[in-house]
Amino acid sequence: MKAFEYARAADPADAVARFRPGAMYLGGGTNLVDLMRLGVAEPGALVDVSRLPLGGVEPDGDGLRIGAAVRNSELAAHPLVRERYPVLARAVLAGASGQVRNMATVAGNLLQRTRCPYFQDVSKPCNKRQPGSGCPAIGGDHANLAVLGHSRACVATHPSDMAVALAALDARVHITGPGGDRVLAMPGLHRLPGDEPHRDTRLEPGELITAVALPAPPPGASHYRKVRERASFAFALVSIAAVLDVGADGTVADCRIALGGVAHVPWRAFHAEQALRGSRAGEDAFVRAAEAEMAEAVPLPRNAYKVPLARNLIVRTLLELAP
Amino acid sequence: MEITLQVNGVRRPVDVDPRVSLLDLLRERLGLTGSKKGCDHGQCGACTVLIDGRRVLACLALAVAQEGAEITTVEGLASGERLHPLQAAFIEHDAFQCGYCTPGQLCSAVGMLAEGGPSAVTEELAGEPELTAEEIRERMSGNLCRCGAYPNIVTAIAEVGA
Repeated sequence: MKAFEYARAADPADAVARFRPGAMYLGGGTNLVDLMRLGVAEPGALVDVSRLPLGGVEPDGDGLRIGAAVRNSELAAHPLVRERYPVLARAVLAGASGQVRNMATVAGNLLQRTRCPYFQDVSKPCNKRQPGSGCPAIGGDHANLAVLGHSRACVATHPSDMAVALAALDARVHITGPGGDRVLAMPGLHRLPGDEPHRDTRLEPGELITAVALPAPPPGASHYRKVRERASFAFALVSIAAVLDVGADGTVADCRIALGGVAHVPWRAFHAEQALRGSRAGEDAFVRAAEAEMAEAVPLPRNAYKVPLARNLIVRTLLELAP
Repeated sequence: MEITLQVNGVRRPVDVDPRVSLLDLLRERLGLTGSKKGCDHGQCGACTVLIDGRRVLACLALAVAQEGAEITTVEGLASGERLHPLQAAFIEHDAFQCGYCTPGQLCSAVGMLAEGGPSAVTEELAGEPELTAEEIRERMSGNLCRCGAYPNIVTAIAEVGA
């Protein structure tokens, strides 16, 4: 591991003041420390924000405000999350292991890097790690990489489960930084790779996530489902966070669908949602919606299985949620 | 950098390079070699210790970030010659073969039994689920055992958790 300076910030303003080019913020460390050990991340300085007074899960009007330093385990176990945002509790519980959830923070979960095998291997080229060096995943091992929204420069996926639920719930990410405070609405925190895959998010250097705010829970039934290669402690091949509200007349009043494991971002399925609203809830409509979403998929030779997998996952989950 | 930890109830002031993991500090500097280095990437659980009562991975924790923390390693589970109930149950049920993953399994199980709340396999999110074998397997999925002693590990934890 390359040498770095370490400083513990006292409060968010202190953290931002301590930030300088080449520095990184340290939360739970479950991804960053590993990337530093692998040589993928080589920050000149770490500003430790894991103990900032950014904890707490509290009612916020009709919604909920979640501190950036709240541990994943604390979030999933919180009574208000379990009762009012079960899809979020389910998504967090679907991710990682008990130990990792005890360490990982909410902000760190959002900002974790892709697990693309080439990104994590410094002996290989990678446009995300080393801009302009190429993407061997496109002609190589991309079985678990993106089918939606990728580019010729990068086919990486975002690995978070939590972020998929937050995208479905219209979460708003509160940020402070050298330029002041601002808010980014999910799924807009993350960005598609385009020709700048080294940029995972729309955060500017030195910006720090301070909280995630949830609006009032959407009406309807919700679920988080995750398909993976083993029963626990594995990243998603494809996952879905879905909320479905069917009116008394049997038509879809509202719906939220977001997919994980398919793109560089937690993928909000706007096409499927548009196709569903106002249509009669049932398998025909669900298939049409799923196919409307996956019509823009561009699978690679070894991850084409994700297209029918995502389609079937959308249909199956909606069928379970329909009254 | 100078930091002070409480390790198994003993105050331990140490001067550490910021790069040193909590695992390496425990093993190489403090002589506590019970916590094991398996993968060193947070994937196997052999390095599991308790920080302020919560199970964490010592390989992914930078020592310098633990100022003031109370650390419990497998060496701190027993009270003198009296084994922790989980240690006794692991012996009783033959819950290991080579033993390399055992310190991590023990610390993880101690932390897990104190956690409560739902897991990924819990049907109802409200209330406290019963600690079934399925619940134990899911909650302990961060601890790998290459000898495959899982059935007896689950039995030992179920006995103590009951």
